[in-house]
Amino acid sequence: MTDQPISAPKEPQSVTPSRLRRALDSDFYYAFRHSPVAMVSAAVSILLILSAVFAPLIATTNPFDPTTLNLMNGFTPPMTPNAFTGETFLMGTDDQGRDVFSTILYGMRISLFVGFAAVLFAVVLGIFLGLLAGYFGGWTDSVIMRAADVQLTFPSILVAMLIFGIAKGITPVEHRDQMAIWVLILAIGLSDWVQFARVVRGATLVEKNKDYVSAARLIGRRPSAIMIRHILPNILSPVLVIATISLALAIIAEATLSFLGVGAPPTQPSLGTLIRIGQGYLFSGEWWILFFPACTLLALALSVNMLGDWLRDVLNPRLK
Amino acid sequence: MLPFILKRVFQSILVLVITGAIAFSMFTFVGDPIDNMLGQERTMEDVERLRAQLGLDKPVPVQYFRFLNQAAQGNFGVSYRQGREVSEIIMERAPATLELAALSAVFAVLMGIALGVFTAIRRDGFTANFIMSVSLIGVSLPTFLIGILLIYLFSVQLGWLPSFGRGEVVQIGGWTTGFLTESGLKALILPAITLGLYQMTLIMRLVRSEMLEVLRQDYIRFARARGLSNRVINFRHALKNTMVPVITVIGLQLGAIIAFAIITETVFQWPGLGLLFINAIQFVDIPVMAAYLMMISVMFVVINLLVDILYAFIDPRLRVSAK
Repeated sequence: MTDQPISAPKEPQSVTPSRLRRALDSDFYYAFRHSPVAMVSAAVSILLILSAVFAPLIATTNPFDPTTLNLMNGFTPPMTPNAFTGETFLMGTDDQGRDVFSTILYGMRISLFVGFAAVLFAVVLGIFLGLLAGYFGGWTDSVIMRAADVQLTFPSILVAMLIFGIAKGITPVEHRDQMAIWVLILAIGLSDWVQFARVVRGATLVEKNKDYVSAARLIGRRPSAIMIRHILPNILSPVLVIATISLALAIIAEATLSFLGVGAPPTQPSLGTLIRIGQGYLFSGEWWILFFPACTLLALALSVNMLGDWLRDVLNPRLK
Repeated sequence: MLPFILKRVFQSILVLVITGAIAFSMFTFVGDPIDNMLGQERTMEDVERLRAQLGLDKPVPVQYFRFLNQAAQGNFGVSYRQGREVSEIIMERAPATLELAALSAVFAVLMGIALGVFTAIRRDGFTANFIMSVSLIGVSLPTFLIGILLIYLFSVQLGWLPSFGRGEVVQIGGWTTGFLTESGLKALILPAITLGLYQMTLIMRLVRSEMLEVLRQDYIRFARARGLSNRVINFRHALKNTMVPVITVIGLQLGAIIAFAIITETVFQWPGLGLLFINAIQFVDIPVMAAYLMMISVMFVVINLLVDILYAFIDPRLRVSAK
């Protein structure tokens, strides 16, 4: 929504203000233009997300294609020509001669994919259960909210680890590495649904007594239609705000799990896996293998986090 | 008061029954324990005999009840990976985690309160503002990166402190302690700071905002009018009244410290329960995972319950509203 003014095509002159004009005149855009923090973090987030999406175009090599690797290039420091091959790498290479810059781009893809998918999963599950609990009340509400209470007793990272462990136990050994990414999404998503369910439930309780809901009920719409078509659009804005903040937390959670060795496997490394690998070279002096992935993770998590904080302040000051 | 406590106790029991069911179903549905315990050379009779011996031929509710009964006595069976009693392994690992957690809790509470009071009193000072901005970054940094950063600074660059392990430990009865040797104490410093840093910033920010709130009150203005010294006002009158929410948060964070020890222990290869749990997940060692889950849920439930009860004692409004 923030890059809309740039991407929207120029519309012909008309009497009513164009869509672009309205976007530029909105309070939201005004607040955005007057917050340096928001502009910088939005720019960094978009840059990182775009470079992850277009990784195959930007990366100098495909780090997971063994034919492009040259073991002679191993441990080349950044910006210095390799002693044997004379090749230079922007961020150096790891022990296998993989270009660190390329592995970061591909790693960020995994990190972002897991982050987005996990948050999407948590949002959908949270909205579904929150709507049910808020709209029907009674024992549906009790069961769902007690389950939420039980889960809230534990830190979400612990819940995610546990789900990962159980899911790993259920999947057959030969599929574990392929399934790891999906298990990771499931684990982080399931550990994160509670806050969405709570917000949605609270908002639903307020909305369901309003006239438009009574009217919809009077004309005989089914409860599912009322919940999805009528109530949901009215309660979406706090959900979006929490989702942005959750994205930063999900990226960090994914990195933490992968760092601990219970996340993305070395065959599909995320930023956390790269940091885990890099930590092994901390003492032998190959600092770049650790340093660049760590910086990328930091920039990604910080910028998304700050963007989320800013969104919260602008869209929904009550959540502060 | 009593209904409030009873409600909380009921909720705690519910949490334990549910986590018990999760731990139990891990045993029952994730892999077949018979497969794990008997080797390739086995006959159907062996399988049947072990099944009867372990009680796996009984109906599921009976098995669940038996499991809870055993778990309550601290019996979780034998680790698939190490081939030893799980309770024995846990007893061996517990001191390392508890010592680390205790030290980081002390660090977090002392530093958190001190810095919180400082930043509240000098709220516009340069140092206070600096501390506040650094803490903001500290909150958003993942724990494991802080650990790596500290290792890089103090172990790799300066060479002052060890980067892994517990150093030399002294055996006292069934307990091993690192508090009595120099290398043990040195080994504690970095992990304790890493583990306590997040809680410290949390307590600091809470103390600061509570202090700012309290310092605006009339009784503080009155105390100033009486000519009391700044120190008496800040510590005797203001800080004391900020302690109710702070105690609650400290209580709730104690559980979080034990859970986050998993991350710190992995970074520093600290031989505690967290590292045990992570290794158990990596090797799908179900008995150890189940035991850790049960143990940590008892810990969380007890802490939450105590904090709730304590809170009701301190804040009379809660007692009234619960009736």
